[in-house]
Amino acid sequence: MSSMLKKAVTVSIPSVRQALLRSNPVLANALLAKRSYNSKGGVEMTVRDALNSALEEEMTADEKVYLLGEEVGQYNGAYKVSKGLLDKFGPKRVIDTPITESGFCGLAVGSAFAGLKPVCEFMTWNFAMQAIDQIVNSAAKTHYMSGGNVDCPITFRGPNGAAAGVAAQHSQCFAAWYGSVPGLKVVSPWNSEDAKGLLKAAIRDPNPVVVLENELMYGISFPMSEAALSKDFVVEIGKAKIEKEGTDVTIVAHSRSVGFALEAALLLEKEGICSAEVINLRSIRPLDTETIIKSVKKTNRLVTVEGGWPQYGVGSEICAQIMESEAFDHLDAPVVRVTGADVPTPYAQNLEAYAFPDTEVIARVVKRILNKKIGA
Amino acid sequence: MLSTQKISLAKVAAKAFITPLTIRTFASSAARNVSINLHEKSFESYNCEAPALDVEISKEELVRMYKSMVTMRRMEMASDGLYKAKLIRGFCHLCTGQEAVAVGMETALTAEDKIITAYRCHGFTYMRGGSITSILAELLGRKAGISGGKGGSMHMFTPNFFGGNGIVGAQVPLGAGIAFAQKYQGHKAATFSLYGDGASNQGQVFEAYNMAKLWELPAVFVCENNRYGMGTAANRSSANTSYFKRGDYIPGLKVNGMDVLAVHQAVAYAKEWTVSGKGPLLLEMETYRYGGHSMSDPGTTYRTREEIQHMRSNNDPITGLKQRLLEFNIITEDEMKAIDKAARVEVDQAVEEAKASGEPDISEFWTQIYQKGTGVPYVRGREPEEFHRY
Repeated sequence: MSSMLKKAVTVSIPSVRQALLRSNPVLANALLAKRSYNSKGGVEMTVRDALNSALEEEMTADEKVYLLGEEVGQYNGAYKVSKGLLDKFGPKRVIDTPITESGFCGLAVGSAFAGLKPVCEFMTWNFAMQAIDQIVNSAAKTHYMSGGNVDCPITFRGPNGAAAGVAAQHSQCFAAWYGSVPGLKVVSPWNSEDAKGLLKAAIRDPNPVVVLENELMYGISFPMSEAALSKDFVVEIGKAKIEKEGTDVTIVAHSRSVGFALEAALLLEKEGICSAEVINLRSIRPLDTETIIKSVKKTNRLVTVEGGWPQYGVGSEICAQIMESEAFDHLDAPVVRVTGADVPTPYAQNLEAYAFPDTEVIARVVKRILNKKIGA
Repeated sequence: MLSTQKISLAKVAAKAFITPLTIRTFASSAARNVSINLHEKSFESYNCEAPALDVEISKEELVRMYKSMVTMRRMEMASDGLYKAKLIRGFCHLCTGQEAVAVGMETALTAEDKIITAYRCHGFTYMRGGSITSILAELLGRKAGISGGKGGSMHMFTPNFFGGNGIVGAQVPLGAGIAFAQKYQGHKAATFSLYGDGASNQGQVFEAYNMAKLWELPAVFVCENNRYGMGTAANRSSANTSYFKRGDYIPGLKVNGMDVLAVHQAVAYAKEWTVSGKGPLLLEMETYRYGGHSMSDPGTTYRTREEIQHMRSNNDPITGLKQRLLEFNIITEDEMKAIDKAARVEVDQAVEEAKASGEPDISEFWTQIYQKGTGVPYVRGREPEEFHRY
């Protein structure tokens, strides 16, 4: 029986943060975003507020857009994402549902068939498992099965993946599951611009769109550009963003992992080890393989990062697509996936720390693949 | 005293399950020679007879009920403090105010009967044999925790208590299944599946009702109606708030869930009903939580402080039993104070023991994914060089 858990995992995130803060406080603060940071006199916004703005703007622009879910109205949202919306739009457009996911999701899908544009909130995506039949069989497949006769312009949204200490039934990442379904679009925002732009795009999209948010990101502030503050700002679904350019290795991540990837890139640069290019996927489906391929052709090395389980995951898909593409010929080392561990999420803090990737794991993997060269 | 890191799992299990409550049988060895009359509004029935209003019980059972409720409340208060001190992470749903349900149920049942509930489970875990130390240690995510620290607040189990479930409503068909297994194996016992007013509209609840009735399972469905499903009042979630009637073809009984003796009487009645072959029964316990839905909910944005205060002052289950104990000369004020003090000491000590327990061994990260010796040969961690071979 052998078991490998690297001793180095005991390097704590706080110590990495301190190192970054000492070396380059301005950039560190921007990336770590615990404090509001503002380099150009612009505005910062939390991810939560960005989502709230998106909902407010889209509901103002289009009467057919309405929000339903548990505690979205009078409670102002379990995580306060829908704060103030009931007051502004009234009970016709902001609906508190009973705790009946299968039913209210089905109801929302039905209303989309009949001309409305629902935003169906799941308190967490874990609870949407009760409704997954409606999402996949009713929402995703119907336009196809009906020969184009039935439309389903619905948006499903809610927090996905791990929070902190919420244990096995409340920590699952569903990116891979929904990402495999034809007929669905799936987006996974990281920062506030992503959140606002992708949610607005999702609501405007005439197809069913799954928006995988992250609870731990809700309270984090990011600078918002002038353009992002506009009522018509959308982020194109299916287009990834290069958050940081680099030359030696490509790190592809989505959601909260993007922050860790950037921290790792900074750390590696500071240590003089390499220049990493960090790609924020933004969309799981369609997957922007073009951007990834272009980057791999430049850097020749690829690491994927996600919070979900390793088997049949987002990283697995990226690996497969790279293998099947021209990018394969440009690889100097095998692609490595950094993922959640293949276990149900444990509650105890020391165990939970091994269940999800962080800056240290990413940096460690990158260092290792830099030393590899195919054929050498 | 628990030693720290080196305690074996067997020892933990032994400590976890043996409590003073499980050592004694609940069928009282002393004569049930105390007769207490319940308030005439204690029950309302639907397609069945209400149980008798006079409760035959023993002095010992009464004292034990009192002790259990007081200890349970202390345990939940300790949990509240530990959460605020950030020693408990994630979710924490306390049952303060609802003690009469778990306690009243236990005195009417045996160890063969099974219970399953949702996430507000600490009190039930305690009554079903979990030690306070093992419950608190679980909340703290420690090795001595009843689930080895791997489950947390919502995932606590004992041999006759199936949790501790995080997904609203899912526990109800599970409970019907446990009852199914009891019938299948010829056990003369019942399964009590608890859910809240918030969960009561879940489709799977009705699916469970239907099968329980069709197949005459020894299933008792218990709706703990504490009036609010998280922040949503019952009348905003339910077209029909007469939860005891929601079983339609299953008879039901509404019970004053703040009165531990009414709960006891109703549960004894329900057990007899199902075990004698009459099929399932539905109980609605009218109860109330003083705290919010969980530690992240102040509990005051959707209800008034006056309402909470009113319930505390006029319907508190512990105060209610206390009054009866004094009225019927079961024990004296001084004896009661001694019990209160002992409970405080017991819980304080358990807190220290729980805190003294270390975090689970890292090797536990890889265990219990599958049954020992029958799982997959290899499990991957966060990257290829983090792994475990069995």
